[in-house]
Amino acid sequence: MSDAASGEGIGQPVRRKEDYRFITGNGHYTDDINRPRQTFAYFLRSPHAHARIKSIDTSAAEAAPGVVAVFTGKHVANDGIGGLICGWTVTSKDGTPMKVGPHPILALDTVRYVGDHVAMVVAETLADARAAAELIEVDYEALPATVSLSSCQDGKAPQVHAEAPRNTCFEWELGNKAETEAAFAKADRVVKLDLKNNRLIPNAMEPRAAIGEFDKGTGIYTLHTTSQNPHVARLVLSAFVGVAPEHKLRVIAPDVGGGFGSKIFIYAEETACVWAAAKVGRPIKWTADRSEAFLSDAHGRDHLSHAELALDKDGRFLGLRVKTIANLGAYLSTFSAAVPTYLYGTLLSGQYDLPAIHVEVDGVYTHTAPVDAYRGAGRPEATYLIERIVETAARETGIDPAEIRRRNYVKTFPHQTPVIMNYDAGDYAASLDAALDAIDYKGFPARKAEAARRGMLRGIGFSSYIEACGLAPSAAVGSLGAGVGLWESAEVRVNPTGNIEVLTGSHSHGQGHETTFAQLVASRLGVPLANVEIVHGDTDKVQFGMGTYGSRSGAVGMSAIAKALDKIEAKAKKIAAHLMEAAVEDIVFENGVFTVQGTDKSLAWAELSLAAYTAHGFPSADIEPGLKEGAFYDPTNFTFPAGCHICEVEIDPDTGIVKIAKFVAVDDFGTVINPMIVEGQVHGGIAQGIGQALLEHGVYDADSGQLVTGSYMDYCMPRADDLPSFTLGFTKTECPSNPLGMKGCGEAGAIASPPAVINAVTDALGIREIEMPATPARIWEAAQAATSRAAAE
Amino acid sequence: MPVVSMTVNGKPASADVEARTLLVQFIREQLGLTGTHVGCDTSQCGACVVHVDGRAVKSCTMLAAQAEGAEVLTIEGLAKNGELHPVQAAFREHHGLQCGFCTPGMIMTAIDMIRRNPGLDEETVREELEGNICRCTGYHNIVKAILAASQEMR
Repeated sequence: MSDAASGEGIGQPVRRKEDYRFITGNGHYTDDINRPRQTFAYFLRSPHAHARIKSIDTSAAEAAPGVVAVFTGKHVANDGIGGLICGWTVTSKDGTPMKVGPHPILALDTVRYVGDHVAMVVAETLADARAAAELIEVDYEALPATVSLSSCQDGKAPQVHAEAPRNTCFEWELGNKAETEAAFAKADRVVKLDLKNNRLIPNAMEPRAAIGEFDKGTGIYTLHTTSQNPHVARLVLSAFVGVAPEHKLRVIAPDVGGGFGSKIFIYAEETACVWAAAKVGRPIKWTADRSEAFLSDAHGRDHLSHAELALDKDGRFLGLRVKTIANLGAYLSTFSAAVPTYLYGTLLSGQYDLPAIHVEVDGVYTHTAPVDAYRGAGRPEATYLIERIVETAARETGIDPAEIRRRNYVKTFPHQTPVIMNYDAGDYAASLDAALDAIDYKGFPARKAEAARRGMLRGIGFSSYIEACGLAPSAAVGSLGAGVGLWESAEVRVNPTGNIEVLTGSHSHGQGHETTFAQLVASRLGVPLANVEIVHGDTDKVQFGMGTYGSRSGAVGMSAIAKALDKIEAKAKKIAAHLMEAAVEDIVFENGVFTVQGTDKSLAWAELSLAAYTAHGFPSADIEPGLKEGAFYDPTNFTFPAGCHICEVEIDPDTGIVKIAKFVAVDDFGTVINPMIVEGQVHGGIAQGIGQALLEHGVYDADSGQLVTGSYMDYCMPRADDLPSFTLGFTKTECPSNPLGMKGCGEAGAIASPPAVINAVTDALGIREIEMPATPARIWEAAQAATSRAAAE
Repeated sequence: MPVVSMTVNGKPASADVEARTLLVQFIREQLGLTGTHVGCDTSQCGACVVHVDGRAVKSCTMLAAQAEGAEVLTIEGLAKNGELHPVQAAFREHHGLQCGFCTPGMIMTAIDMIRRNPGLDEETVREELEGNICRCTGYHNIVKAILAASQEMR
């Protein structure tokens, strides 16, 4: 029986292998792990957004009960430990490289945001460490802070880094300015829009944590950490920060409770824990509490943009020009420079045949937490901009919002956009049509009229999104400034008994790789799913890998596994040919059985596996014993998941409360391995996007730079009763750029949904613009203003 | 330091703890039952929900000493003789979890919710989940799992 028939193969909604441990409380997250003689770390953080450190007196803390050691920036610097790095260099339009300020693990003479790391206390218990931190005397000279994006470059704003005049890290551009200006010159209509993309705080439910250890006997450091990419963490900590040589540092990312980008980055705390473990000669554990997570996890989004769209008289798009100021926070985080540039500007063509685009992005420093990739990373900002301005164009031209999109879709592939990307496959009208059916677009006027009779305002909003995923061809990202290649690795180890371990450089922190990756292996080798174990997240087991983000683990990680499986099959056939005394070309491998074509000779998978290791009588020149193969897969292109999301809302004008009446998402992810898991990814993404549109906002006080939204009391996380059940659909064009035809599904929901929601809200209120998050207060004010305008007319 | 004694998952548990020790710290650090999680510091996220004398309680809101003599049930004590509780089984069947971190609290909350609300509907489930935050699932499949389990347990 084939595994597809048994319900375990590709395309089957297989229940997850990893679930048992999580539903029975047997997961192993970093904070669940304890090491012998472990100590605890607590970080003293800056209470100021900007201050000079005149002096630090740690003597009282050092003498406090239970304290093992207290470290400051001086100790780190004296030990030759470097600062944290940004792995992507962006070049400004004048040809100069981005301006990078130093990013020490513990502050030296200046603190640059509330939550910046000032000192580390190591003690017998967390309570001891925390109490001792209170005794550290820091003499600060408080300085004025730069918080506002709109004024940070005006020359008068306090400087975050001396290296970056006018707080400007880079002034980047993409596209063709002259062609874009020509397009605007011949336009019949120009639609203009100012947009804010609100700052978000990622809030994976598991706070970041780390345990650093040092083995004096071997000189080997071990770091357990909440990472989406343990190998990249090891590389940065060894090659750039200089904590330990790469071969003397083991990084383990065990069960990780969500990431959404925030656990890609290499942070001060885990670096300090592993460095200081050797100093104190004992393991050091640190776990963030939620307040620390709000202050010190890298935040997301935070753009200020002006966009203009040129149209001809038929509503065809002629050109787009965009100016964006992107907040980078106080320091560059691991990938932050890439997010508002190459992950943003390159997506500004959307699903549309847009002949001319010019985008300028200023990346700026402010005295706030670093900003880096958060689910979607640059692509939600691009999609929000395009889909808001296209919707506005529909309203201003009087063309139906579905029709104006359809009229401008890219219809032939491959399609070269003016902003680097080459779209390889898609059928945008197909997902639009499926979404229109699912929401019953024709019935909308009747639903709106019915709602009006109840005194409610009903609106509908569209979002035709595209994203570039499957990050990414190494040569392409290298030419754009990346310090790394974005291939992935895999190793398939067949054991003598025939069961299989697959080592992958991808990392699962909720995505269900232990199931989907096993589905691929089981279906290719014709073995039960239970006989396949996916191994990830440990640099001692997996040789190297680039980790999980950018919806890359299917398209890139699984492609590496597929490539390794090709090699396994080739070698297994060679062994089978030898054992059955046949020519390799005559060996057929199907459903886990090797047969010699045209004969009744056969060999089962387990027999062959054992034979590979007994190796009796192998011609040693031709066949090595064993059955283990590895592969590195470098993608040939980005992948381009796309689709159409439609949101219908109902607003109570008396309270400003928005109810999402229906949310339809139709996505084209190419080949789907496990539809149950893929749907779950879309659900979660939509919830985060609705959160951005209606609820979530990371707010700093404009003067003091204090984080106003520093807990779940102030930062509005989406709860179950803020959301509806979602209606999902799929269309399919296979991705031609990888062997499995996969495009990726992890970020689509968060990318597509914010403009769908805001387009629906503005439609319901009959207004042009509303800021995210469209809270009840903002909506109530807009509804009241609209009512008074109507009364005045 | 006071000695605190209670029954946890049917077994007697007793330890010398500082008076300020929270129930969740007692469970995780003294007993080593790490299935109960801590996801916030303001008693909002619900990752730490356990049952105390049959009622769902956020174990970060209660001192261990307040549970003196109580019957405490954690996620580790739910499955009996290797057989999953119907709510655990429903979470797996309906893909009600992704990263798994909020899951123990969600399951413990759901069991109490089902006990208190015969004939649960979607709206009630969503309202009752007010005190449990999930960042992965958008709640869609959690709601589905709880409704399915409530049918099963009728």
